[in-house]
Amino acid sequence: MSDAFLKALLLGVPLAFVVGRLLPAKFRTWRVPLAIIGGWGLAALMVAMLSTGRLAYLTSFGILAGIYSVLSLGLNIQWGFTGLFNIGIAAFFSVGAFTTALFTTTPAEGAAAAFTEQAFGLGAPFLVGVLAAGAISGLVALLIGVPTLKLREDYLAISSIGIAEVVRLIFQNERWLANGPQPLRGIPRPLFCLADSRAACPWVPEAVVTFFEPLSSYSFVYLVIVTLFLVVIYVLIEQLIRSPWGRVLRAIREEESSTAMSGKHVSAFKMQAFVLGAVVMGMGGALYAHHMVAIDYSHFDPLYATFLIWVMLMLGGSANNLGAILGAFVVYGIWQGTPELVRYLPLAQIHPSLAGSGPYIRFLIIALMLILILIYRPKGIFGEQKFLATVTKR
Amino acid sequence: MNESISKPLEPGLGRKLKAFFESRNGAAVILLMIFVVIALIARAQGITFARLLPLVVRGVMLSGIISLGAIGLSLIFGVLNFPNFAHGDLMTVGAYLALIIVGLLPHGQPLGPFSFGYELLIGLLVAMPAVGLVAYLIDRFVYRPLRASNSSAAILAMASLGAALLVRSLVYIFFGADFTFFYRGRSRPAIELFSGIRVRPDQLFILGLALVLIVLIYLLLEKTKIGKAMRATADNPSLARVTGINTEQVVLITWLVGGGLAGAGGVMYGLDAQLRPEMGWWLLLPLFASVILGSIGNPYGALAGALVIGIAWQVSTAFLPAAYGPGVAFVIMIVLLLFRPQGLFGKPGGS
Repeated sequence: MSDAFLKALLLGVPLAFVVGRLLPAKFRTWRVPLAIIGGWGLAALMVAMLSTGRLAYLTSFGILAGIYSVLSLGLNIQWGFTGLFNIGIAAFFSVGAFTTALFTTTPAEGAAAAFTEQAFGLGAPFLVGVLAAGAISGLVALLIGVPTLKLREDYLAISSIGIAEVVRLIFQNERWLANGPQPLRGIPRPLFCLADSRAACPWVPEAVVTFFEPLSSYSFVYLVIVTLFLVVIYVLIEQLIRSPWGRVLRAIREEESSTAMSGKHVSAFKMQAFVLGAVVMGMGGALYAHHMVAIDYSHFDPLYATFLIWVMLMLGGSANNLGAILGAFVVYGIWQGTPELVRYLPLAQIHPSLAGSGPYIRFLIIALMLILILIYRPKGIFGEQKFLATVTKR
Repeated sequence: MNESISKPLEPGLGRKLKAFFESRNGAAVILLMIFVVIALIARAQGITFARLLPLVVRGVMLSGIISLGAIGLSLIFGVLNFPNFAHGDLMTVGAYLALIIVGLLPHGQPLGPFSFGYELLIGLLVAMPAVGLVAYLIDRFVYRPLRASNSSAAILAMASLGAALLVRSLVYIFFGADFTFFYRGRSRPAIELFSGIRVRPDQLFILGLALVLIVLIYLLLEKTKIGKAMRATADNPSLARVTGINTEQVVLITWLVGGGLAGAGGVMYGLDAQLRPEMGWWLLLPLFASVILGSIGNPYGALAGALVIGIAWQVSTAFLPAAYGPGVAFVIMIVLLLFRPQGLFGKPGGS
């Protein structure tokens, strides 16, 4: 098996799985075999059509869009299903990323210690880091939820902006914690041995290592890991939302007072949804950290760590998990594609002062998109999917 | 036996304390305690009173800038019933509009002890109504269609985030991301006010202008018919509509006044520090903290809130990195939300 085909395969199968989700209910049983066959076919097609560079670009795009999908799913629990207005996603995103960084790295020794300071470094495995990221992020949500969730909704919005700013200030100014404002480097890559024979991982079966032998680029492995996380989180959320618990969340969103009158403890349910969403966001942050390898506070600007995710969810359709994922891919495509297109605009000829402003045009496009969606299509592309809770069916 | 029955009726000490902290006096005590804690931390770090006093004076000046934004934000919050997250960026627009005017006019000599010339005053006079107009245009093309379709407050708040981003991206496109000054390379010396307190003359100008504008707003709100209508609408929008107040007209005036004040605040913040595209976003947290502290929809409460926030921000720089200023504002807001979410001047039970 050639290197290129293996790469294409790793790209094609996850993609086919995502497409498989869109199949109508009648063909659902065929989803897995179709995805595997389709994935191989897609892989063969990509090897024939695309150059290696394009393939690598698509992979890196797929990883980041997948991570944004996880964040968008987390927001969907809070806003889409429960109606909690959280505009401090950056806080949970960055807490997750820095938590896993501190858990999985080992503190620098010798000469390097002078350049890197961190509170601790446990050298824990990847999965421990991701789970810890979710836990700490959920804890932050618990702390912010206590004073605000019982009050009117605006207070949560204002406080969530506040917590995001405070978290960013901490990671920017506290050197002892995570080397701020310098980047914290050396976050390990899970299963790196599959792409690089020099790194050893004794617990992986020999057959798997041989299968991945020809692979020369790590990011294809990570794409599979991100896809697995995305699928598991998606399935779990879908199950939860269809449970009686999820039904209460939607009832709170629609009519809070009558839900309370039916004997539901509204603020407890709100807190659970808020914390659960934050846990998912924290795990998204962890996936981001292991992809970037080095992170610092500037990666979590409210612009692309909060607003971008809101636009993704609003475009795809709030209260629709597939919409949240699709929105993430589309909006991230626009976000990444705009600078490429803007390069061809004769900005400098319009006015000399505009010469360097190309990169900012995508801010304008994202802002316009958000406003236009809210005015003309507040339910997004998909809108809410109507269903009955699982207790009544199946 | 009798004792065990009567016990639950007698409020315990814990409940009494809780009730006290939830009263207005209790909230004031909490605020006082925050200041005492800040002063104690400063003492523990060996910071003398002589160093704290100038910080308090600077805090009062900063309050002038914050209050200009917070008064407008509070009125808008009360009248339109959603948090306008674009308010900080309206301040940015004011500063950059004044920068354009200053750039267009020929530079004269600095006026008296100040670092700026007449150009900045003209810039200020142009920026204030212009920002009011920008605020109204945003309302006309973004918020009004949403109001017409009966969108929830959260959707309006989200649209205001979009508007904030829209406005800021235009600033980025035309001015770049770097910071700048109204007058590049002009020195801004400090003078000694009295016994060891040094301030820049510009800061005295800022404080004076803020006071003048606040008095004008007071006159508008108390002495004119439209001002009374604004206060009534901010206090209770549906009751105001029932009593025959033209709420669309009130909305128009509220945006013009709120935007104008924000524009003035932005120019002053740019004069005090520097102009950056994120300057308004940076101020948003202190603005909201002031508004909530002084009860939503109460412009005088916002003024008091701004005073508290501004002084706490500046005094905290004695022992915290200056960058944490908005964080201090946020912590004060959270403490107050825990005990008295309706703010210092609100009616019990919230809005």
